[in-house]
Amino acid sequence: MGEIFSIALFFSTIRFATPLIFAALGGMFSERSGVINIALEGLMLAGAFTAAVVTYETSNPFFGLFCGMMAGAFLAFIYAVSVIKFEADQVVAGFGINILMLGLPALLSSAIYDSAGSTEQIAKENVLPSFFDINIASLLAFALVPLCWYVLYKTPFGLRLRAVGENPAAADAAGVSVVKLRYFAVVLSGVLAAAGGAYLSIGQSSLFTRGMTAGRGFIALAALILAKWKPVPVMLACLFFGFTEALTIPLASYKLASGEVALPVQFVQMLPYVLTIIVLAGFIGLSRAPKSLGIPYNKEK
Amino acid sequence: MKILREIFSPLIAVAAAFIVGGIIVLLIKDNPFQTYYELVGNSFGSLKDLGYTLFYMTPLIFTGLAVAVAFRCGLLNIGAEGQLYVAAFATAWVGIKFGGTVVNVFGKQEDWSWMSLPAFLLIPLCMLTAIAVGGFWGAIPGFLKAKFGSHEVINTIMLNFIAIALVSYFTQYYYKVPGDPLLQTAPIGEAAHIPRISQFIPGMPEFVPLSVAFLIAILMCVLVYIFLWKTKWGYELRAVGENPSAAEYGGISPKKQIIIAMTISGGLAGMVAIGEVLGSRYLYYHDFSGDVGFWGIAVALLGRNHPLGVFFAALFFAVLQRGGIFVDIETKYVSKDLVEVLQAIVILFVASLQRYSKK
Repeated sequence: MGEIFSIALFFSTIRFATPLIFAALGGMFSERSGVINIALEGLMLAGAFTAAVVTYETSNPFFGLFCGMMAGAFLAFIYAVSVIKFEADQVVAGFGINILMLGLPALLSSAIYDSAGSTEQIAKENVLPSFFDINIASLLAFALVPLCWYVLYKTPFGLRLRAVGENPAAADAAGVSVVKLRYFAVVLSGVLAAAGGAYLSIGQSSLFTRGMTAGRGFIALAALILAKWKPVPVMLACLFFGFTEALTIPLASYKLASGEVALPVQFVQMLPYVLTIIVLAGFIGLSRAPKSLGIPYNKEK
Repeated sequence: MKILREIFSPLIAVAAAFIVGGIIVLLIKDNPFQTYYELVGNSFGSLKDLGYTLFYMTPLIFTGLAVAVAFRCGLLNIGAEGQLYVAAFATAWVGIKFGGTVVNVFGKQEDWSWMSLPAFLLIPLCMLTAIAVGGFWGAIPGFLKAKFGSHEVINTIMLNFIAIALVSYFTQYYYKVPGDPLLQTAPIGEAAHIPRISQFIPGMPEFVPLSVAFLIAILMCVLVYIFLWKTKWGYELRAVGENPSAAEYGGISPKKQIIIAMTISGGLAGMVAIGEVLGSRYLYYHDFSGDVGFWGIAVALLGRNHPLGVFFAALFFAVLQRGGIFVDIETKYVSKDLVEVLQAIVILFVASLQRYSKK
């Protein structure tokens, strides 16, 4: 077992948890305001693609990260207009955003770089730097957790956000602009999710490939549900899911004496999803969503 | 006038998609007219083209109907992808085990030839397996929603990932031909092959994988229409979709309808296996679906959750899918990813216009 549980496993857990923490914290702001965010996957991809292109062209990963986050904000704004202004079904619109980000980056990169949907390799010295095997983006992600906790529970903005998510009509009566707040929360979720995606393309690896988030946006969503929409549990859930992903690396090569695999990686991969279903069904404490989640707010109604 | 209102938002959405898509094509310095010509101009020119277009259309009809039936009950089934994965694997499994071939299980040869069934039994058995297993996988989120109230969207997303991991596990460890670099099962027995359309139509090349599954898909459009609008069960299902509390007041159990709707939806998604496994590839191949389960959502949305609409929406997207290949080859910069971009814009516009077409 020593071959599986090593210091490398610890570092890869941190690595895999990083994009999840960004995305899940982003999702938290959106969903706490009452807007479902299935689009996390697409927002991450927007960040990953933009960051990779900008970093490759300017050789500046921090500018790349910034532009990636802005791309996430822009895409999230489109999503927000669709679901807040036009009251589109939030799941359907979010799903549309995800499909868009599967196609659009691939379309653009094959046009720009004449490749099948990936960007050019960024030079090693131009990706986000690491300190002792821990990427600067990971440090940022973990620093965001207490910050988000503070914002959510100790600031007027956080109070309003939670009020809007639980009871928009009451918040409106108390003078909070529900629509403005929701726009802000959704755009903020785009910024954070895109940072998580940017980490994938200019931190963990050094180029963008088509659909490179590989479902991490949905894992982040699962972590958010598992954590009952609370920042510190979000971090723990992301660490746990990062751990399950990290486990698949040593497990893939680890064989029993008989030559059979000890535990097929597929079962480890399934774990986060099975756990989410169990938690949603209420077997491990009730996971209660913000009350107005998914319901558009319309003053006249 | 009603029909005009029904097709208003789909038409606007398609037009918007082509305009936005055209702008994107211009931005990457290519010719939108040539691109769109390649996209829609290669679908009906010859029997071969037509055959391929209808082949692409077949799974889109099944998944479109699957999503539409769930929609009519007020449910969003994002899980068609997972449902068709488990169904396709199970269908291939039955086709292998009862198809008279020697089966390799975990590196050991097992002779199952004594269990081999003739075609007239094996084909219906394989089809029933596709429907039953897809239906079972769809029933799980239905049951979870009815029993625990947990949201079907999250559960179907999770079940997609679980389905794909599970099926990949069984394929990799039990049903792969040893030494095969691809993640695919052994071939199904020949008795499980369903006839291809090329056998009936002279001039249709034999390699065109269009099979009788297409005719089954058309039949399902009719059956779903009859079920939803001409039977008591369909009425009850729709009543729950329109207004669950009113339906319950009227003596209809929403919980029961939710489970029924998700089971039917999963069964329809599972039928994708008929065309793909029994009619085209003759084995289960991992990643075979090309996201067709997710395309079903776009098909149902564009088709306004009506079987006739699903038919035309499936045809529309099939044309795009087929045309994407030509766009890839014939244009200088545009790749087939444009098709996904168009699909996404259609989805976003239909969803955003929903409010205006309801009134």
